[in-house]
Amino acid sequence: MSLTPQDIARIANLARLELQPEESERMLTQINGFFGIVQAMQAVDTTGIEPMAHPVAAIQDITLRLRPDVASEPKQRELNQRSAPAVERGLFLVPKVIE
Amino acid sequence: MNSFHDLTVAELAQALKTKQMSAVEVATGFLARLGGNPHNAFLDIDSEVTLAQAQASDARLAAGTAGPLEGVPVGHKDVFVTRDFATTAGSKILTGYRSPFDATLVQKLGASASGGAGMVTVGKLNCDEFAMGSANENSAFGKVTNPWDKARVPGGSSGGSAAAVAARLVPAATGTDTGGSIRQPASFCGITGIKPTYGRASRYGMIAYASSLDQGGPMARTAEDCALLLSAMCGPDLDRDSTSLDVPAEDFTASLNNSIEGLRIGIPREFFGEGLHADVRAAVDGALREYEKLGAKLVPISLPRTELSIPVYYIIAPAEASSNLSRFDGVKFGHRAKDYTDLVDMYKKTRAEGFGNEVKRRIMTGAYVLSHGYYDAYYLQAQKIRRMIADDFQNAFKECDVIAGPVAPSVAWKFGENAGDPVADYLADIFTLPASLAGLPGMSVPAGFGAGNMPVGLQLIGNYFKEAQLLNAAHRLQQATDFHLRKPEGI
Repeated sequence: MSLTPQDIARIANLARLELQPEESERMLTQINGFFGIVQAMQAVDTTGIEPMAHPVAAIQDITLRLRPDVASEPKQRELNQRSAPAVERGLFLVPKVIE
Repeated sequence: MNSFHDLTVAELAQALKTKQMSAVEVATGFLARLGGNPHNAFLDIDSEVTLAQAQASDARLAAGTAGPLEGVPVGHKDVFVTRDFATTAGSKILTGYRSPFDATLVQKLGASASGGAGMVTVGKLNCDEFAMGSANENSAFGKVTNPWDKARVPGGSSGGSAAAVAARLVPAATGTDTGGSIRQPASFCGITGIKPTYGRASRYGMIAYASSLDQGGPMARTAEDCALLLSAMCGPDLDRDSTSLDVPAEDFTASLNNSIEGLRIGIPREFFGEGLHADVRAAVDGALREYEKLGAKLVPISLPRTELSIPVYYIIAPAEASSNLSRFDGVKFGHRAKDYTDLVDMYKKTRAEGFGNEVKRRIMTGAYVLSHGYYDAYYLQAQKIRRMIADDFQNAFKECDVIAGPVAPSVAWKFGENAGDPVADYLADIFTLPASLAGLPGMSVPAGFGAGNMPVGLQLIGNYFKEAQLLNAAHRLQQATDFHLRKPEGI
């Protein structure tokens, strides 16, 4: 299987990455190079095998917890916004999205 | 007595407790060694913050309320967020970022007033961007050099941590291990490092790369020091990390001196195939012979899917990374592009400018394998084989107590040797990836020297929650050998 330049353009858009033409070309070669070693994985018979998300599930049941939906963090708006690129009156600024 | 920078964590803690030196003296000494940032190991240093922490430690030492590692300096890999130091994860996209809180592990090792072990932070350590790399060549802030040979890589992704410990710039450091990022740089720099069982050390405040694999751990010169730090780092963090396990903290120093007479060490034949360089093999074999002298038994085992761990890891980790890194969009923190036409263009340009090549490659690979029509064939298939790899380990552990082998196929390579071929770096991860995928504890212990007089690490892999057994085995080896005491020339 090989990716095409169209695949690269499509994924770059999904991933919100602007790629220069030469970058796209290099990416195509390198990702296709990587998929060369992925072939071996496709040949493995995994019928009846459960996918594993938490590795310790190999020896015990693991249920991912949800904590109660209550505010646990102190309110520290200024501290939380001090590294933001654009803030005004306590709000994060983004380019206009509604005309 | 050795000069202060040659002391281990255990020795420094003792010297501080018995008032042979003060925390401020120790901190001042280490800060002086950091002048000019040797090996480019550090990304942020702030002597005012460090000295204030040291003064607080001295006050607690005087008041008799000191934590177990009170006043001992530590450096944190830059993927751990810190309130008092900048945090970048080695990425331009986080330039100037200041976290509003400390990562759980930073807190647990830090100020004893907040329940920590009392260590004093001397700074933040360079690493591959978002911990993606095996040579520390992917940092946006320059490469880290190996203290044993500046022409060689320190390993990655915790390369700054390993180099700083090897060069005696800090007695200990934190690292994170997703596919070998503690063990491999520890091996390349001749130090000791351990990655605990996945879920034992909190991931809260560890900038996420691949959430089902990322695990923090200590890097130091001796197994005893690693045991001291790991004892402080482990423990449940149930409200803040949903994958944290409800397994109590443990004193890993308690069993360090246990006899290893009769210990069954599994030797996976797949780790000793033709890809393994002869010099590494010779050092590893030497360490295994030491173990036999100590009464351990070597048992041949098989981990048949070792090679498959490369594609499986490099599908799963990028998939998770592409999702985790979607938060870097130029809105809430870090870099934002200057010129753009609209919101989507702002995202695209910000991310294009902020991320380096390897990070972009993994985001692209990850987004592809998760995209419509490919999810089952790649991501799900990889997760299924991941279970088979974990099951292979459980089969192997029926025959043995710990597993031993090389950490990496070669010693640290020279800069530029793998340049332009990311797959070459991926292939070199072959011996660390299986334990990562299975979530097992693993460590690297200095085992000798190979080509170019570069250090070689022995990898020890334990079953789930058997960190104490690994550290015990490593400590016994270090009682019988002196590889961990050797230091690079000029240091």
